[in-house]
Amino acid sequence: MRLIDRNMTVFLGGLFILTVAIPLMQGNILPGYAIQLAGKYLCYALLAVALDLVWGYAGILSLGHGAFFALGAYVMGMHLMREIGTRGVYANPELPDFMVFLNWDSLPWYWLASGSFAATLALILLVPGCLAFVFGWFAFRARVSGVYLSIITQAMTYALMLAFFRNEMGFGGNNGLTDFKDLLGVSLSSPEMRLVLFIASALALAGGLLLARAITASHLGRVLVAIRDAESRTRFLGYRVEHYKLFVWTVSAMMAGVAGALYVPQVGIVNPGEFAPANSIEVVIWVALGGRGTLAGAALGAIMVALTRTLLTGWLPDAWLYALGALFILVTLYLPKGIVGALGDLRPARKQSKEVPA
Amino acid sequence: MTILNIDSVSKSFDGFRAINDLNLAIDKGELRAIIGPNGAGKTTMMDLITGRIRPDRGTLFFDTTHDLTRLDEAGTARLGIGRKFQKPTVIESLTVAENIDLALAGPRDVWSALRGPHGKSAVKERARLLDLVRLPDPDLLAGALSHGQKQWLEIAMLLAQKPRLLLVDEPAAGMTDAETMRTAELLRSLAGEHSIVVVEHDMDFVRALDCRVTVLHQGHVLAEGPLDHVSRNPEVIDVYLGR
Repeated sequence: MRLIDRNMTVFLGGLFILTVAIPLMQGNILPGYAIQLAGKYLCYALLAVALDLVWGYAGILSLGHGAFFALGAYVMGMHLMREIGTRGVYANPELPDFMVFLNWDSLPWYWLASGSFAATLALILLVPGCLAFVFGWFAFRARVSGVYLSIITQAMTYALMLAFFRNEMGFGGNNGLTDFKDLLGVSLSSPEMRLVLFIASALALAGGLLLARAITASHLGRVLVAIRDAESRTRFLGYRVEHYKLFVWTVSAMMAGVAGALYVPQVGIVNPGEFAPANSIEVVIWVALGGRGTLAGAALGAIMVALTRTLLTGWLPDAWLYALGALFILVTLYLPKGIVGALGDLRPARKQSKEVPA
Repeated sequence: MTILNIDSVSKSFDGFRAINDLNLAIDKGELRAIIGPNGAGKTTMMDLITGRIRPDRGTLFFDTTHDLTRLDEAGTARLGIGRKFQKPTVIESLTVAENIDLALAGPRDVWSALRGPHGKSAVKERARLLDLVRLPDPDLLAGALSHGQKQWLEIAMLLAQKPRLLLVDEPAAGMTDAETMRTAELLRSLAGEHSIVVVEHDMDFVRALDCRVTVLHQGHVLAEGPLDHVSRNPEVIDVYLGR
């Protein structure tokens, strides 16, 4: 199977054109906040690709992928908090404002690495990756699958949300982390930094897509599809199903973490609401809309829903949630394979439509 | 020399004795048919052999040295036990060739899988197997095959694993008479090179296999021998054939 298939070519081509065009059009054709908004969409798209990798190919319907996204976001947020330094309200050179407010006199141990940008980059992958590995190790070995797995992923993100709401956790409680000033010494509100973050998001999305494609187009991708369609059969062929699930689950969580980390500097805040179960469920809608098991379709679905939300919440703020619900029902009823899947069916004369002699 | 030794094995589910002091030995290269009424414990026996479930009592040994009660499904498969389910289970959204590739003997770990498919020898082996089961188009989606063709694809996948012992659960179910006879012929030709255990209900099919027959009843061996011999056994007639 080719690494860059037709869908991938079209999507990556479109992504490249937009990455060049949006900065050029900003300020004249598009409003001044277009880059920031587009960068946010690209992070959502990467999260959707991460979910599609496990749901579309290995059949693991995660209703908690928002948790990995949020963990990546918090890791980045912690670094951005440390960069505020003495510019905070309390002007404490070491402690973020909320810790001073809580009368803490030193950084908790888990904040120590956040001062280093290199360590932050590593932790963006490691924190979601480790949680996914431990969670997956127990869940997949115990052969929890299907709706039961979906429920415990949902419980996982809900439990994390409750934990992060607590002030004693040391992550800013329900206010979360905000008031960021700069990244690597460059102001987050400067046009240059915004452009860099936008391009980084585009590159991360392209990289994530190619990585997911490399995995799914390999022999391992065949094994994943076999697990999705006939798990028991795959075991009897000699494959340790739990190892394969654990691998793809952990990779997917890391990808979601990168998406979250790029998201935070572009929106300027991360709070426990990112762990809300509804967020994770919305990701499922993006993937279903774009086309489960199509990767580029998942990214497209995320961008389309996000764009629609931006437009609708501007025009008809009350209608947005109804529109999202209606969208999900309509897609389930009329586009079970999603947009990209339906487009694929329109292409003429594919192998499966060939008449088979009995 | 035996390939499989089942010794005094019992297995209960919630007090129901699915397997009750079962003793069974399969010789290397032997073709063996196992018959018995519904609930006789045939599927439970297969689950025990392939490590899907563990016995309450007794021992299962493969090739006299490998303790099957310590292995899971993947472990017994890697050891050389291939299992065909009653309902044909092929990967419907993959092509015939991809199905065979998944089954071809070789490393099964994640890293090898990531590095890619098998080499040139695999392509030849795949062609040989597809020829053997008469599936001409390797690029067809497995989901588009007829029921009988799916059964054969699954048999080809089984052979691709190069198993030493094949467990075949009701291969003739849902097949036409002609397909049934071809399947019996195929299994007979495979015996010798592989040891084969066939669970079957269809008496014509069992007759066509022309092999030793074991009759299971309530998780226990009721009779064993050539088909003509066991079918004259009054107990067998009583519980199974006479109905």
